[in-house]
Amino acid sequence: MAALKPGEVDLGTTIMAVSFDGGVVIGADSRTSTGTYVANRVTDKLTKVDERIYCCRSGSAADTQAVADIVKYHLDLYSAEHGEMPTVKVASSLFQELCYHNKNNLMASIIVAGWDKQNGGSVYEVPLGGSLHKRDFSIAGSGSSYIYGYCDKVFRPNMSKEECIEFVKNSVGLAITRDGSSGGVIRIAVITEDGVERQVVYGNQLPLQYTG
Amino acid sequence: MTSIGTGYDLSVSTYSPDGRVFQVEYAQKAVDNSGTAIGLRVKDGVVLAVEKIKHSRLLVPNSNKRIMTADKNIGIATAGWMSDTRHLVKRARDEAHSYNSVYKSSIPAKIIAERMGMYVQAYTLYSAVRPFGVSTILASIDKDGPQLYMIEPSGQYVGYRGCAAGKGKQVAKTEIEKLNLEELTVREAVKEAARIIYAAHDDAKDKLFELELSWVCEESNRLHAHVPQSVLDEAIEYAERALDDDDDEMEEDDE
Amino acid sequence: MDPITFELPHTLKAPKAAPSLGPTSRTMQPMITGTSVVAFKYKDGIMMAADCLGSYGSLARFRNENRFMQVGATTLLGASGDMSDFQFMKHKLEDLLTSEYDMDDGQSLGTKSVYKYVSNIMYGRRNKFDPLWNAYVVGGIDNGEAFLGYANLFGTTYQSDCIATGFGAHLAIPILRRRVEGRADEISEEEAVRILDDCMRVLLYRDCRAFNKQRRAKVTAQGVEISEPYALETDWSIADRVVGYGA
Repeated sequence: MAALKPGEVDLGTTIMAVSFDGGVVIGADSRTSTGTYVANRVTDKLTKVDERIYCCRSGSAADTQAVADIVKYHLDLYSAEHGEMPTVKVASSLFQELCYHNKNNLMASIIVAGWDKQNGGSVYEVPLGGSLHKRDFSIAGSGSSYIYGYCDKVFRPNMSKEECIEFVKNSVGLAITRDGSSGGVIRIAVITEDGVERQVVYGNQLPLQYTG
Repeated sequence: MTSIGTGYDLSVSTYSPDGRVFQVEYAQKAVDNSGTAIGLRVKDGVVLAVEKIKHSRLLVPNSNKRIMTADKNIGIATAGWMSDTRHLVKRARDEAHSYNSVYKSSIPAKIIAERMGMYVQAYTLYSAVRPFGVSTILASIDKDGPQLYMIEPSGQYVGYRGCAAGKGKQVAKTEIEKLNLEELTVREAVKEAARIIYAAHDDAKDKLFELELSWVCEESNRLHAHVPQSVLDEAIEYAERALDDDDDEMEEDDE
Repeated sequence: MDPITFELPHTLKAPKAAPSLGPTSRTMQPMITGTSVVAFKYKDGIMMAADCLGSYGSLARFRNENRFMQVGATTLLGASGDMSDFQFMKHKLEDLLTSEYDMDDGQSLGTKSVYKYVSNIMYGRRNKFDPLWNAYVVGGIDNGEAFLGYANLFGTTYQSDCIATGFGAHLAIPILRRRVEGRADEISEEEAVRILDDCMRVLLYRDCRAFNKQRRAKVTAQGVEISEPYALETDWSIADRVVGYGA
């Protein structure tokens, strides 16, 4: 399996996505590191691949950017050919296709989330080997291992948009403080039929938690 | 159409002085000599029907199918050269497969019609090739509901509610126009399609023929399939009765 | 120091030999994995079970996976090992099913044909030194006769009345030897379910990659049936009798 090359920029990350009736909330930390040096403390890991479809990237920054760029190209082509926006399923299938067939050369673990007319909000996950999994909510990246318990306890199906935003803030906030490879600010995007709303929670304004 | 191309009809890569490509028009002639093929798009599905003219009594019944499946939910009925048809159906299957392997969902009718149109059109550009002597009728149900397209030898493709190609296309089109396609169900459309093929059939020219009927609808699980034997039998009975009634009326008129 | 060539401590050394210049290596490891599949023949056909877990190392990451696929009318495929490779295999089989449907020749894909197809892909990929990291169980009714076969990443294949992959080969096969072998055609559906659940329970107790949410599937003359996920009843009462190291 592909590993980071020496000196390669890593998105040792916390990313997540939650679907609700009518859309999705996605979130990520903002730390990019090379080894233990923070290369960028305000990275944007929420990457637009189509009008209403985003991906959250984790793994190698170079690999995931390349993959996202290729998928974006294919989705633009899709819109031009079909005269309508692609579904999240189509977008995630493109991610899977690339990640699966190049699994030996890629370090890319991606969450694909967005809104489409046919299915409303949906979340898909493409982990390291290039499999594809449809999810109610999804967490990934190095920081996610620290919040599985919290997320499984707090998540309920059919949460409101506001509840989902709180859920993402709290989860990513907890991961940021426990995971050395995650940090900075919490970036959040809410994707609905009406558009994409972005939010930033500054690193000095994270949800309150025990730090003893 | 003038049947003499005065030297401008030998290659598809040369226009005639009045802006025509004769080879394409000749390809259309090949279609016009073939058994009739029709498609009906109704409210809950699509029906395809073909008048399969048999050149010999020795042929096994139901062999040499002229309606084929391009993808599980896409049917193709053609008028024209059968050998060209097989080539185009193979192409359609390849397009469906390639679309599916990229997007992991079945190809919409609009897209496969466009791609087939592009393919057929490419054969009207080069002197080394001959245009396809086939009109391709494409039926499917996709996410936007029942779909019907027809691709001409020129590469022109258009979406239809009902369409016809081949020998009997004038008769067939007149009959299709009388139908209320928006209100018809596939069950009714199957019978009407059979009736139209029987009406369009010219007994004087071709004695032997076989009716082929297929559909894409809820009853076929949104798959393209030949209609079950019982449905076919019922449709043929309906068609023959309609034909007899017509004859009776004519006789009455004579009296 | 020249600011342009200034190097950070941990990036000081350029790699001595870039790994990409070395021999290409395709022996990868599976990422998202499914554990055992247990299957055997019984009176009415084939019975199979597999849990719903897609593990990521020791992390129980995906807990709602379906590790079964119905292939045509009378065939069932159960998969263990890498889930991305299983998804790839599913697409290959869907393609096969589609081209078979398009033929419209009145023929349908039988269980033995599906098994041969799966086996050939597995063996072909191992010969490319790029194996699909799976062990598959193919079961079904072919020409009125129950069929059960196994194929894995080495291209190894065999047919048997009882098949179990992974940990199941160690823990379930002994149970199946005692309760199924030699009397497959006497086993009723109720008994088959009991045997299957007993095997899965042992695996649940003793396989770290097992999960108490599973599906059962069967192939009979009526066709393929894959159950909704269900949990097994478990018994932990022996815990009361163990105090201290137990010596």
